[in-house]
Amino acid sequence: MDITDFYDTFFEEAEELLADMERYLLELDVDEPDTEQLNAIFRAAHSIKGGAGTFGFDVLQRTTHLFENLLDHTRKGELKLRRDIVDIFLETKDMLSDQLNAYRNSDEPDQEAFERICETLQRLALEEIGQDLDGGAAATPPPKAEPVAEAAPEDLPEAANPAGGEQRIVTLLNVGEKDRQLLVEELGQLGEVISHQGDEQRYEVVLVSSDSDDDIEAVMCFIIDGDQFQIRPAASGQSEEAADTPLVAGEGERVVTLLNVGEKDRQLLVEELNQLGEVVSQQGDEARYEVVLASSVSNDDIEAVMGFIINADQLQISRAGTASEAAAVEKTAVTPAAADAVKVADTPKPADKSVGRSTPKATNADASKPARGKAKAKGPESSSIRVSVDKVDQIINLVGELIITQSMLDQTVSEMDGVADSALLNGMSLLQRNARDLQESVMSIRMIPMDFVFSRFPRVVRETAGKLGKEIELVTEGESTELDKSLTERIIDPLTHLVRNSLDHGIEPPDVREAAGKPRTGKLVLSAKHQGGNIIIEVIDDGAGLNRDRLLTKARENGLPVSDTMSDDEVWQLIFAPGFSTAKEVTDVSGRGVGMDVVKRNIQGMGGHVLIMSQPGEGTTIRIVLPLTLAILDGMSIKVGNEMFILPLSAVLESLQPAKEDLYAMAGDDVVLKVRDEYLPVVAVHEALDVPNAKTKLTETIAVIVQGEGRRYALLVDDLVGQQQVVVKNLETNYRKVPGVSAATILGDGSVALILDITGLHRLSRAKKEKRRPERELQSLEALTDKALET
Amino acid sequence: MNQLKDATLAAAEAHNREFLVFSLGDEEYAVDILKVQEIRGYENVTRIANAPDFIKGVTNLRGVIVPIVDLRIKFHLEKVEYGGQTVVIVVNVEDRVVGIVVDGVSDVMTLSPDQIKPAPEFGVTLSSDFLSGLGSLEDRMLVIVDIDKLLTSDEMELVERVAE
Repeated sequence: MDITDFYDTFFEEAEELLADMERYLLELDVDEPDTEQLNAIFRAAHSIKGGAGTFGFDVLQRTTHLFENLLDHTRKGELKLRRDIVDIFLETKDMLSDQLNAYRNSDEPDQEAFERICETLQRLALEEIGQDLDGGAAATPPPKAEPVAEAAPEDLPEAANPAGGEQRIVTLLNVGEKDRQLLVEELGQLGEVISHQGDEQRYEVVLVSSDSDDDIEAVMCFIIDGDQFQIRPAASGQSEEAADTPLVAGEGERVVTLLNVGEKDRQLLVEELNQLGEVVSQQGDEARYEVVLASSVSNDDIEAVMGFIINADQLQISRAGTASEAAAVEKTAVTPAAADAVKVADTPKPADKSVGRSTPKATNADASKPARGKAKAKGPESSSIRVSVDKVDQIINLVGELIITQSMLDQTVSEMDGVADSALLNGMSLLQRNARDLQESVMSIRMIPMDFVFSRFPRVVRETAGKLGKEIELVTEGESTELDKSLTERIIDPLTHLVRNSLDHGIEPPDVREAAGKPRTGKLVLSAKHQGGNIIIEVIDDGAGLNRDRLLTKARENGLPVSDTMSDDEVWQLIFAPGFSTAKEVTDVSGRGVGMDVVKRNIQGMGGHVLIMSQPGEGTTIRIVLPLTLAILDGMSIKVGNEMFILPLSAVLESLQPAKEDLYAMAGDDVVLKVRDEYLPVVAVHEALDVPNAKTKLTETIAVIVQGEGRRYALLVDDLVGQQQVVVKNLETNYRKVPGVSAATILGDGSVALILDITGLHRLSRAKKEKRRPERELQSLEALTDKALET
Repeated sequence: MNQLKDATLAAAEAHNREFLVFSLGDEEYAVDILKVQEIRGYENVTRIANAPDFIKGVTNLRGVIVPIVDLRIKFHLEKVEYGGQTVVIVVNVEDRVVGIVVDGVSDVMTLSPDQIKPAPEFGVTLSSDFLSGLGSLEDRMLVIVDIDKLLTSDEMELVERVAE
């Protein structure tokens, strides 16, 4: 197998990690960053770096390396976050995305951009940490020494990593001969292997490398499991083992440190500890309370007892000597940054466990686990699998086939005797139910939550608001609302446009808002919800609202047919007219007037429509109504000649038998139908689609009044057959686009029926009429109409 | 074009190739068997409006909508009848599935490279661009169709061109 086979997996994973990273970055509270979020961001960068290194994506690896170092400083509190730093981080994330895409397309990433971002990061590191390092000198040691117990050295090299050239002992446990050789080779590439010796059970490699422990780990994990090896600095490693030995006997004084434990619990705990051994002394306050205990039980036992009362991260156990040293170090670290660092370092709680283990070997093996756990922890196990869309579509197709077969069987069976074949009939109805259930659940695979769309808006809003100098709070609702995957992808662009528009034109600048008695910060709500077979997506702002007069004036300037008596709804719809913009000046955010009409067209292309509600001074709501899925359509089957067609039910308004007196011939070969004081252009389906043997007398046909792209037409068909849900099949997969037809479907008898595209049909019939006009010898529609009207 | 033909021939030199032989009227044609997905009867074709006459329409092939082309009409054969013998060869070309209507399928032949002669420049209805060569087999002559080129050519109007 080739390593390139894994590229895609890496790209997909990296993409996801970057998306996570961006989300966390945006959520970050600059003043009080959540350590968990910082860790998550760090881990994402770290994982990408590991992968990039493995696959030889050099530029990506180097960028992530710099980024990771910075993030490391950030999570340790040495780099104080600021808004502009977060911006730089976001920019870096974008750069990583670009690089990733370049690699995905087998290109080399943009070298210039790479150098620029590296420079930015390095400058940032220099400026921020370089300055802070004096003040932060106290802050640096604690993370190293903090975990107090013997596991501390595990963290040391990582912190000291940028210094480079650290000597480390990599111990391999139960690794076979072949893998050992491989590993030594791999390690040789990371740095210099000074010596390696041992047997299968325990094999030690002394390595000098400037890479961090995590990197070494990442490399080794490809070959062996995490619990088969441990990494520790050469010098301290020895002393650690030595120091452990006296403890094996089990006797000794230990300091049990309680962090943030209330008065009552403390008393309880001391009592408990007294039962385990002798409490020599106790002192401290709620934030930090130290109990010195002389006991022969292991640390694990102590932990187990105390675990009933407090959380593991509230507890530290250490030998008396070490603890006081550590405490001393900690007390010198007075800066808030150091306090943060303590918190971070505290998180891997089991680090202390190692103390009371029976043999040094076991101690090391176990101690390395938590350290690894910290680096690799990826939050909750994901309970999803990645499947290609093709596979899903294939399943959907197969299920569609099954449904068709089932309805064919149903037709056959329906003629059978209900009594004699009751068992068969029962089975059939069961099959029908199961098949429908199956179809429903298969269709749901394609559905993905709106979160997929909404999650990119914090970034958009942040940037746009920054550019416009506005203060905006973004609220999203209904992120879990599900929508067909193909639609979620297509809704992003129009939605982005609408959001930008709301930010630019809707929400006023802070000063104006204040003057109007509104809070300075504008509120933008993105919401999604289901309603019937539709999904409703709303962009709600609490801005100035649409200005009716200005819209009307602008519309007149643009030569649009408007009148003062138009309803509000009609006026609002004007903003969707091509080339229409009421922005006083064109900004680079919006205002060019391209866009809103495109937005509307895109949404209509997805089978949806847009509604606007607006109150002057209170804000504007733009509502997008979309069908849940494009894969299934509610259709009305119609018959023309001997052919069956499907009309999208959403377009059908009504159907009627045209009366002779309601049909008017116009300008030669056009015919209009008068329906309740409205004159609708008549489109004869059999003409547009050349259907033979169709009814040609207009009064014998049925007129279906349909709406397409805001206009109404009267379609002339022979017969209405019925209403049914159909599975939409693309014609273009194997054929090409057909004018007047939007897609195809498979009917219950297994035959193919075409789904009509109403506006396309109208265009087609117009084109045909134009073509026919010069050819007088052909029967013109005029003659046809006249004849039809006469009868 | 010559280069392409040479390339085809060069490829053929390495191995004998298998061809599915079908008949259109009295003539025998052959397509590379690796392009053929299946053979089925002609039934249930839904007409597509405003398409050229040799595109019979689309049919449902286990959930996939497949266009059906009648090569007999395309090649201007005199007798075009649809009966029990009328056969649709379903071929895969450029990730597309297309059915071609022929009068019948006779057999599968193995041709060695020296049995395949380059096609002469001829024909208005079937340009030699769409032929991989002529196969000679004792007293029979097979017209070997380059089905990829034929079906994706502009004149078949099966594939949408970017320019459109």
